[in-house]
Amino acid sequence: MALTKLTVNGKVYSVDVDPNMPLLWAIRDVIGLKGTKFGCGMAQCGACTVHLNGTPVRSCSTPVSVVKTQKITTIEGIGTPDHLHAVQQAWIEEQVPQCGYCQSGQIMSAVALLKQKPNPSDEDIDTYMQGNICRCGTYQRIRSAIHKASGLLQEKKPVKTTPAPVGK
Amino acid sequence: MKPQHTSRRGFLKAGGSAGALLALGFSLPAQAGDVVLHKIEKTALGLELSPYILIDDTGKITLLNPRPDMGQGTYQSMPALIAEELEVSFDQIHIIQTNGQGKYGAQLSGGSSSVRTRWIPMRKAGAAVREMLIQAAANKWKVPVAECFAENAKVIHRPSGKSFPYAELVEEASRLEIPKEPKLKDPKDFKLLGKNIPKPDVPLKVTGRAQFGIDVEVPGMLYASIERSPSIHGKVISFDDAAALKVPGVKKVLKAERAMPHLTVETVAVVATNYWAAMEGRRKLKVQWEKKDPTYLATDTYSARLKELAGKESSDFAGNKGDFAAAYAGAARKIQASYETPFAAHAAMEPVNATAWFKGDSLEIWAPTQGPDGTISELARYLNLKPEQVKVNVTFLGGAFGRKAYLDFVKEAAFLSKAVGAPVKLLWTREDDMTQGPYRPAMLSVLEGGIDAQGKITAFHHKIITESIQEQVFKADLKGKADGWTEEGIGEKDSPIEVPNIRRSYLKARTDLPIVWWRSVYASTNVFGHESFIDELAHAAGRDPLDLRLELFKDSPRFVKVLETLAEKSGYRQKRPAGKAMGIAIARSFSTICAHAFTVAKTKDGVKIEKVVSVIDCGMVVNPDNVRAQTESNVVYGLTAALKGPITYADGAIQQSNFHNYPVLRLPEMPKVEVHIIDNQEAPGGVGEPGLPPIAPALANALFNLTGKRVRKLPMELNG
Repeated sequence: MALTKLTVNGKVYSVDVDPNMPLLWAIRDVIGLKGTKFGCGMAQCGACTVHLNGTPVRSCSTPVSVVKTQKITTIEGIGTPDHLHAVQQAWIEEQVPQCGYCQSGQIMSAVALLKQKPNPSDEDIDTYMQGNICRCGTYQRIRSAIHKASGLLQEKKPVKTTPAPVGK
Repeated sequence: MKPQHTSRRGFLKAGGSAGALLALGFSLPAQAGDVVLHKIEKTALGLELSPYILIDDTGKITLLNPRPDMGQGTYQSMPALIAEELEVSFDQIHIIQTNGQGKYGAQLSGGSSSVRTRWIPMRKAGAAVREMLIQAAANKWKVPVAECFAENAKVIHRPSGKSFPYAELVEEASRLEIPKEPKLKDPKDFKLLGKNIPKPDVPLKVTGRAQFGIDVEVPGMLYASIERSPSIHGKVISFDDAAALKVPGVKKVLKAERAMPHLTVETVAVVATNYWAAMEGRRKLKVQWEKKDPTYLATDTYSARLKELAGKESSDFAGNKGDFAAAYAGAARKIQASYETPFAAHAAMEPVNATAWFKGDSLEIWAPTQGPDGTISELARYLNLKPEQVKVNVTFLGGAFGRKAYLDFVKEAAFLSKAVGAPVKLLWTREDDMTQGPYRPAMLSVLEGGIDAQGKITAFHHKIITESIQEQVFKADLKGKADGWTEEGIGEKDSPIEVPNIRRSYLKARTDLPIVWWRSVYASTNVFGHESFIDELAHAAGRDPLDLRLELFKDSPRFVKVLETLAEKSGYRQKRPAGKAMGIAIARSFSTICAHAFTVAKTKDGVKIEKVVSVIDCGMVVNPDNVRAQTESNVVYGLTAALKGPITYADGAIQQSNFHNYPVLRLPEMPKVEVHIIDNQEAPGGVGEPGLPPIAPALANALFNLTGKRVRKLPMELNG
């Protein structure tokens, strides 16, 4: 056991855990954030996907010891019911989830994909998202929702960056 | 949730006099099915106070969902049935899950039964309360009931425009008799049913806030992981827990048990202060298991046994017609083929888990169970408690597909809590899930068909050879008779094909590998053989496969409509370019007809599935978008079973353990799926499963048209 500081969703937690403990269990059982899910324990299904400094990792296979000062983002840090992320908004509009269990991981992967490729093609989506399994088979809607989220994110951008029109 | 429960009890104690809450419902027989639905309509409404609808005097409206949500959409569909008649909208209600108590009727999510068995009773519950609220308002205003109507959680007096919110009518309404035959709304006036209403669980599920079984926390709880015999049926000879007990956090290692319906096996459990420690301790255990005969459960042995049985006499299902043997013997052409489907794992994303708290004279459990009522009765029996001493809390289910109706896991958790004297959360690993079962039973379908000189099908026999879930799991003794549960998808009712001499029969092939329902159950295996063989007959007779089906189903207009719609929407009659082919299949299961048309193409990377066009006739629909979603879902689940797997048992163990060696369909393999729903006013059929059975045969039939190779064994190779 060792005392470790973890920064999750902008908040610092001191946790006293075995440094070999996968980040997944530290997040779920020690810190108490349950949105990140256990699916396979060997980085095969993507249900446990979180971001380390913005990069998606499989938390079931990432020991706490390698995290160090990297900033961890979980599904709870992406958006809330009152302030949804565009990807979450698109997921609602396309009614993606069925059982919903894999969707935290799907959304974490999709958020990362859209950062890397704001306008992904179907092929980009297929390649990037292939590590995330959904047994309910929501894949077709995931594709549509990522395209929709891409649109939502770009609609928002001009609002922030374009100066207000003058003289009208 | 607590305040409603408290005030409801207060109301019930007050015996229906002045109370702050109106709680109404209806009683249901324990086993709700198609046949029972008729009885419900006739007799069962409104005699028992049973809280499907709770309205308190603050205006809070709570509807109870009696069917656990595993992704199939009952969290929306069940409340929608009540809300429609009650004249309330989704943003005005709270939804809670029933807790298994008998007053809520049958609560098993299974058999695609929720909407089709509850379509009338849930609406009647809503309508009865609506009528009571209207009567209450009319009484208060001293006006005729006919001048009042309900809308948007209010009763309105039409001539004056004045209104009462429901909250203000609760007390008056609670004094009224419950109407026995409330008037249901005309479907043309529906505001929710038949509309694409967003599912209320979706916002929870995209923000990580939906509570699944795995997310439950109980103060002071411990975590458990269980070491299991690789052979599934092993006994513990001895175990060494010295290293395991040194893992920080490990509290206890103990011999435990897994009680399956057909046998109880020994296990070794590690209980710790966190789940990781429990798993670490488990890895450090040394268990000596009793050696089993490695051929005992071997799937190769079983497969050989199925083939051996193919030539043996079988037992008839009901509804056989004519004289198959004579007609087949005299047929101008005889066709015979066998089709094999393997054992399959459910592999739901959320591994099974349960949190149990044994408190001496009672047990409380939190679990992603498909059957809250069955969970109570099985735990009570297992622990020798009365049903009222068992409290079940049902969470969302992270997928289930039949697995979470098999209640070994809740008993394991209860056993451990009792043994260690603390609340225990038990979580299976993915490896536990895949190597221990239960599984979909393997099957051999043997088909024989006779064709006359004019190309008509004159004789047809489908013999299925498999294990009986009814016998292994539900302890039935069928004494060699055909197991009626197994004819799903191909029986007289599900496959009303017009063949003058038709026989359907069954032969039991015992296995002790644990088995249970798997999405669409026997229809998932039966229909592969059945619909592939119809295709083979068509080709043998020189007929177009869709035209032959139109002829076979000529007296079943709903089948004809589905087939004609499929032909139109898929472009079946159009000529396809070289290197592309289409195949179709149709099946009725769980009171719904579904057909698929697969387009397959030869590409530089091999054969690809380009598109799936699906047509579904499930009668009246609660939520068309959910019907589409479930059909898309069935395409994926069915394709995984058609293309991937199988589960095999060799050398004394299941050979697959996780998604690397039991792969499932992933996003790049997802074909474009287009779903068309037949619009009609027929009684609702199931939605969660009926899309699955025709998947494998439609794909196999498409492959035949593309390559000329006939697939008779699953999983199939697209480039085989």
